[in-house]
Amino acid sequence: MKRLPNALAVATLAVLAAACGGASAPDEIVLLTHDSFAVSDGVLEQWEAETGIDVKVLQGGDAGTMVSQAVLTKDSPIADVLYGIDNTFLSRALDAGIFLEYRAEGIEQVEPGLDVDDRVTPIDFGDVCLNYDKAALGDAGLAVPGSLRQLAEPQYAGQLVVENPATSSPGLAFLLATIAEFPEDSAYPWQEFWADLRDNDVLVTPDWSAAYYSEFAGGGVGNRPLVVSYASSPLAGVIFADPPPQVAPTGVVLPGCFRQVEYAGILAGTDAEPWAQSFIDWMLSRSFQEDLPLNMFVFPARTDANLPPEFVEHTQIPPSPASLDPSVIGDNRDQWIEEWTEIMRG
Amino acid sequence: MTGDRRWARLAIASIPVAFLAYFFAYPLVSILTTGLSGGADSLEILSRQSTRSVAWFTLWQAAASTILTVIIALPGAYLLGRYEFRGKRALKAAVTVPFIMPTVVVGGAFLTLLGPSGPLGIDLRRTVWAIIIAHVFFNYAVVVRTVSSAWERLDPQLSEAATALGASHRAVLRYITFPLLAPAIASAASIVFLFSFTSFGVVLILGDLVHSTLEVEIWRQATNLLNLPAAATLAIVQLVAITAVLAFYSRYQRSRAVASRVAAVRKTAMNPVTTRQKLLVAGNLLLMAGLLLSPLAAIVIRALSTESGWGLSNFTNLVEPTSALFVPAIEAIRNSVWIAILATAIALAIGLVTAWSIDRATTRFGQTLDVLIMLPLGTSAVTLGFGFLIALDTPIDLRTSFWILPIAHALIAIPFVVRTTLPVLRTIDNRLREAAAVLGAAPGRVFRELDIPIARRALVVGSGFAFAVSMGEFGATSFLARPDTPTLPIAIFRLLTRPGATTFGQAMAAATVLMIVTAAGIFAVERWRSDTEQEF
Repeated sequence: MKRLPNALAVATLAVLAAACGGASAPDEIVLLTHDSFAVSDGVLEQWEAETGIDVKVLQGGDAGTMVSQAVLTKDSPIADVLYGIDNTFLSRALDAGIFLEYRAEGIEQVEPGLDVDDRVTPIDFGDVCLNYDKAALGDAGLAVPGSLRQLAEPQYAGQLVVENPATSSPGLAFLLATIAEFPEDSAYPWQEFWADLRDNDVLVTPDWSAAYYSEFAGGGVGNRPLVVSYASSPLAGVIFADPPPQVAPTGVVLPGCFRQVEYAGILAGTDAEPWAQSFIDWMLSRSFQEDLPLNMFVFPARTDANLPPEFVEHTQIPPSPASLDPSVIGDNRDQWIEEWTEIMRG
Repeated sequence: MTGDRRWARLAIASIPVAFLAYFFAYPLVSILTTGLSGGADSLEILSRQSTRSVAWFTLWQAAASTILTVIIALPGAYLLGRYEFRGKRALKAAVTVPFIMPTVVVGGAFLTLLGPSGPLGIDLRRTVWAIIIAHVFFNYAVVVRTVSSAWERLDPQLSEAATALGASHRAVLRYITFPLLAPAIASAASIVFLFSFTSFGVVLILGDLVHSTLEVEIWRQATNLLNLPAAATLAIVQLVAITAVLAFYSRYQRSRAVASRVAAVRKTAMNPVTTRQKLLVAGNLLLMAGLLLSPLAAIVIRALSTESGWGLSNFTNLVEPTSALFVPAIEAIRNSVWIAILATAIALAIGLVTAWSIDRATTRFGQTLDVLIMLPLGTSAVTLGFGFLIALDTPIDLRTSFWILPIAHALIAIPFVVRTTLPVLRTIDNRLREAAAVLGAAPGRVFRELDIPIARRALVVGSGFAFAVSMGEFGATSFLARPDTPTLPIAIFRLLTRPGATTFGQAMAAATVLMIVTAAGIFAVERWRSDTEQEF
């Protein structure tokens, strides 16, 4: 153990129990994660077999709900490890002090820029990008937009559907991309850009499925050729189609993406800290890292993890995605969302 | 002996009180005090213009939805209460399906139907009308089932006598039928109001950016902004409003309860004979088909269409493991049915005891219990879900156990058992019980052999609802940290958050399965109910 139990931890029953039981391994450790968590059969079992400890997976809803759950239960945690908190929620969890410090084995192998704090370990990342439906865009006689700014031009009127940043995680990521692209103090601030989008008949939906499946031409019944989605969506559209098409019917607009990074951390108050550390090490090991892409459609944080061939063929990593410092996001997100809502109400 | 009886009564009444105290009041108080201790400037939050407009919108849309639902559903209740026709039982089960369908599932179909190319021909998407129409769709069954079950028990001799004495059709309706049905209508309306007042998915998915309900705001503050003080303040506003409405309702209900003769269904049901009657039946069926079945049909059609034409591959895919779910969808079905059975059992036991206690208790205690038992229906799912998380860790850590879901679902299902059972218990003439007691029957025996057989029909309707509520529950379930076997609505929701035609097809297939399982459950309950009909 790296740290002596602190006063808070001593106060919890959990640690008392651990002290009585000495350093013996627990029967199980509990992983709290979001609803999108998925892993191939037999992968989680590797860690279980190595340590003789079962992993109980708890799914707490979307990322925001899960973080709220972890913060609310910090005096009597429901899990030992939390995985799936992204950079848009990170500062809130760090401020609440729910994580124990840990430097995972292999942390030096992660993509530069992802490792931001000793209390959390970056596990994967994915980019929120505009997607376009190739056929619908062609039918409308439009080219793939070369920049975000073009979306405010008249030819793209009524073509775009976005998610509400107040209720949707990709919606928030896209708002952050526009804030990074059109800084507040510039000649053309993001507020003005969104007012132009509003006047250009942008459609706002509450969540990703309404945008993608009900409004986006590439999702089935919709007719808008442009949607805010993920850089990996075209690949998912290929894999989860029967029969899979040779070429993806949708594509990604590479400028104007926002990178979401997902982290894992050890929850303060755990009575299984050494095993939680070992579990984090395993999440950063190549076996889990290489299993991630096809299960959660994200890129592994480790640069030396091999990507599945489908990923290499059908996905592109945006060359320069926007990102903002988690603490800047934490300080401003509520106000940004309020402002955005005001603008869109017109 | 009266002393003993008093104690026995108190002991029985303490069962629902204890259940509510531990699984509702304690988590609720815990989360609200935690929220407010975070340094809430509640007065400031309350005085905001935005808070007031949210509260006002919540109230009026709930009132409008309730009134519209009752008006649209009463003819349906008459149809099912008074007429006998082929396929009636199946129809009764079918109209209940929308009630349990999670909004996340029907939302997409609704958007299409309310769009410019839908049957109405006007674009109602993202308007207040979309919200209200959706509330009618989801709550139609509450009114139809509750009121029709009271209607079929109305003794027709009363209105026949009035007609014989020269009363017009209208006068009979106004002075006899309606007053006798009023308690059942109020009962149903109270539930519709609670559901519309705390509406979450409908407002989120079908609403616009401008209108928001308290429920949506509480959720947004608690999970997206992590502003617990604001969420707690809004939750208290919601709770106070709901309590006031329920207290008013409970007083009204007491004032309207009349003992009346109970008729056996067989005697009241009639076949449509005249053209007018046939038209009425046909018109109602058309309305039900248009309002209730078209969104559901849209889902089934999408479940059956595959990339290579019509087929069942979306359904066969449900047994395959999928990365979107972590387990094959079929396990979600098993999980949901099992949870629903347990939740129904809990709700039936607690609900019956509650209804009995309310009926027998003194006015004030009865009224209080009546309001308390309904409160979970009007409490925001996120408040309750988070309350469970911070309160239920000792003495047994229930927070992440399997039992948390049946208990949470039962909490929401109990009001249905109480609401359907209580009006019937109240109509039992007390002289019947007294007669039984004079003849030497112990109170327990009176309850078993008098109250239960008479209330059985209502209990059956109530458990059908409880089962359906649990099958379709999404709100509270989604805020609890659950072990990795999802319920069916959660599984559908997760499938819908992934791109890919086959994933979407699986979601539609799973939604179809949810409809079928629920309808089958209700249908089975109805069958059992008619088998036992000859008992009275």
